[in-house]
Amino acid sequence: MFDLQNWTTALHEWMLGILPEWAAILIESVLVALIIITLYAVFAIVLIYLERKICAFFQCRLGPNRVGKWGLLQVFSDVFKMLQKEIIRMRKSDRFLHDLAPYLVVTASMLTFACLPWNKGGHIIDFNIGIFFMLAVSSIGVVGILLAGLGSNSKYPMIGAMRAGAQLISYEISIGLTMLTMVALTGTMQISEIVQQQYDNGWNIIRGHIPALIAFIVYLIAGNAECNRGPFDLPEGESELTAGYHTEYSGMHFGYYYLAEYLNLFIAAGIASTIFLGGWAPLHIAGLDGFNGVMDLIPGFVWFVGKTFFVVLLLMWERWTFPRLRIDHILSLEWKYLMPISLFNLLLMALVVVLGLGININ
Amino acid sequence: MEETIQNKPVKPQAEAAAAPAKPAVVPEAVPAENLVVSTLVEPEKLHGEMLRLKNEEGMDFLELITGEDWGEEGLGCVYNLWSTTTGKRAYIKAVAKDRENPFLPTVSDLWDIANIYEREVFDFYGIRFLGHPDMRRVFLREDWVGYPMRKDDKPEEQNDLRMNNFVYADKTTQYDCDADGQVHETEHIVFSPEDYVVNIGPQHPSTHGVLHFRVALEGERIKKIDPILGYIHRGIEKLNESYTYPQTLALTDRMDYLGAMQSRHALCMAIEKAAGIEVSERVQYVRTIMDELQRIDSHILFFSCLCQDMGATTAFLYGFRDRERVLDIFEETCGGRLILNYNMIGGLAHDIHPDFQKHVKAFIPYMRKNIKEYYDIFINNVIARNRLIGVGVLSKEDVISGGCTGPTGRASGWSNDVRKHAPYATYDKVEFSEVLRTEGDSYARLLNRMDEIEQSLHIIEQLVDNIPEGTYQTKTKPIIKLPEGTYYSAVEGSRGEFGVFVESKGDKSPYRMHYRSTGLPLVAIMDKACRDELIADMMAINGTLDYVVPDIDR
Repeated sequence: MFDLQNWTTALHEWMLGILPEWAAILIESVLVALIIITLYAVFAIVLIYLERKICAFFQCRLGPNRVGKWGLLQVFSDVFKMLQKEIIRMRKSDRFLHDLAPYLVVTASMLTFACLPWNKGGHIIDFNIGIFFMLAVSSIGVVGILLAGLGSNSKYPMIGAMRAGAQLISYEISIGLTMLTMVALTGTMQISEIVQQQYDNGWNIIRGHIPALIAFIVYLIAGNAECNRGPFDLPEGESELTAGYHTEYSGMHFGYYYLAEYLNLFIAAGIASTIFLGGWAPLHIAGLDGFNGVMDLIPGFVWFVGKTFFVVLLLMWERWTFPRLRIDHILSLEWKYLMPISLFNLLLMALVVVLGLGININ
Repeated sequence: MEETIQNKPVKPQAEAAAAPAKPAVVPEAVPAENLVVSTLVEPEKLHGEMLRLKNEEGMDFLELITGEDWGEEGLGCVYNLWSTTTGKRAYIKAVAKDRENPFLPTVSDLWDIANIYEREVFDFYGIRFLGHPDMRRVFLREDWVGYPMRKDDKPEEQNDLRMNNFVYADKTTQYDCDADGQVHETEHIVFSPEDYVVNIGPQHPSTHGVLHFRVALEGERIKKIDPILGYIHRGIEKLNESYTYPQTLALTDRMDYLGAMQSRHALCMAIEKAAGIEVSERVQYVRTIMDELQRIDSHILFFSCLCQDMGATTAFLYGFRDRERVLDIFEETCGGRLILNYNMIGGLAHDIHPDFQKHVKAFIPYMRKNIKEYYDIFINNVIARNRLIGVGVLSKEDVISGGCTGPTGRASGWSNDVRKHAPYATYDKVEFSEVLRTEGDSYARLLNRMDEIEQSLHIIEQLVDNIPEGTYQTKTKPIIKLPEGTYYSAVEGSRGEFGVFVESKGDKSPYRMHYRSTGLPLVAIMDKACRDELIADMMAINGTLDYVVPDIDR
């Protein structure tokens, strides 16, 4: 299996040879930051293009097809346009909060993005309470949305932000519980360790069979709700609130929300593929050593990105099929159905682990 | 369709006063089928007479109030009443003689719909209705000077181009008359400073046009809705007063753009019947088919827009895919897709395209197949059902009092289909059923329209192969003049009864032409339908009420 750790260690040692340690670490940090931002931008562009094309195919149309071959340059030109737009500031808005909010949202999403295990040895933030850290930083986004509503001093954003607050905080419970379920299965919160275990023992969704499958489905629903995407896009609620909490934003400030929305989709899918579908771990079938050997030849990041895009596709399918829920339905779905199911599921998983009922391919 | 002409007597207006009904003065010529013979009622007795008609003669439906300016005689109104139980019609006329300070008693306590009709009359003619709780302008700006539909009004001279914005008043006035004839003003509050008022519109994704609602919220719950109309009012009725009859045709397509065929059909029918022009059987068949195609077009778009409002964008485009087929059929024969310009006085603009029948016949099975997809993707979806069932319930009394005709009224159990109650064109020759439901909620309104698509397909199926040979255009005189009198014709539009009220003084242009808008009652009832629902439900409700704004703002 291709291990990125070897390369990074080699790079680190080479730099230590020509630079003092502090300078080496500084340069490495800058490099990592550049890589994250580049990846972030690249994936945003890919996702936006993908969403536009996929939704078009769902809807019996062609999607963007004028700018570049198959509309490939459409997203670039959109980004370019957005970069040129003036950032309009409302006279009666709270300037500080209004300007701060989009950065909070983007920061939260970038921090979570950095937690994803791209490859064996290819994780950026990785320590023993990785899952906790991920949950914590992803919640900063809610603050950004609430501040957007508050700082805009306008009615639609205010209602949108109130909805977002209620919805995101509710659905975090389900997300937390499903993650906890999987942590109970793996016995660790360290993300690299979770994936390594799945490499050794088979993907969690197979290992944890019934409770893991339930958790996966709950996660898909709650994950979509966390991303504010249809059918849970009430905080934006286009038809009633025009654009919800980001109604008063323009230019790149709006762009940040737009970017964060797509990246959050990718992150939600990435987390799902990490904790359920084995992250970078290739598909192994017990007994078929030749097959497993071939699978191991495919690099880990291809597996990870492939699985993530598969989940992205599932989430897009969900988004483009269902009508939007209403705020009371959305909350009763969480508090009356998903949360009790997740709690029960956690218990079930605990039983599976205690009684050793999990499937282990080795 | 006006075979229900009232046997109410005509009274010479001079001796109108308190005199009881006398036999009508029989005119020499046979009166036109749609001639309106109205009873003049003294203003003081108007309210009592309307109450009597409503309670004793079962005139439960106030179809229309037409404001009029009769010059020397004064300003006044014609009230169209229709009993949906017995099918009888009554036309009541009331005149306010004082042009400076015209007052008439309100009937808004008897029919909810009178509220907005009387505001419209006030807006254009300046007649103040005594006892009306909300005497504000409805279409024009609140700072407008003058009453533009009066024959002597000079809007350009009295109103400069205003460059300032204005704030909508949160107060409204009620005028009352006490025993000794003194008029008092009472102020009512529309929105108090404590209300959290959100503007839905005039630029908003789900108002389906330039419509403005001021919505008072309590959290997400709606406390009150105040519609503000007139953003795209073009004064079509005023324009018509200076147009010849053939010229007036051009504007009906531009009102309800999803009922262009039907609106123009109504206008042509009103003029043809009044002028005694016979149209051929072929024309009647084609008009019926076109009306039904238009209805399908409108109901598909209704489904699409509702899905869009509810966030189901895929279902939205499914509707557009199918509507395209209808528009192609229109384009082939009429040349237009939205503005069709097809019906003419005495016939049609051109004969149907040679491929018309073939394409229509291909469309029928295509649509029947695709409508199942609508059920699969949206109508039977659990989220859609949760959001529509039991939302925005209107009782049968509400819709009759609010004048909500069409599928909206029929979803509440009110049988009001003009095609059934007063058949016109070839509707008496085809077999179809009036779709009725009793739930009165948004879901019933949705299902009703889906069922009506099927009924329309059924109607077209029966007619399309049997279009008789004949001329598509009857020769008319170069200048069409209607004999003096008042005429009213109505058709079943896509979203309710569309009526044309024409008053002629025998000239080549109408003295007054008023349309019964199908959308105005639907907007007027929004407040009642949305009370205590969530703001997200407001989108479901205004989606299922299905109004078209240019038809409200004529």
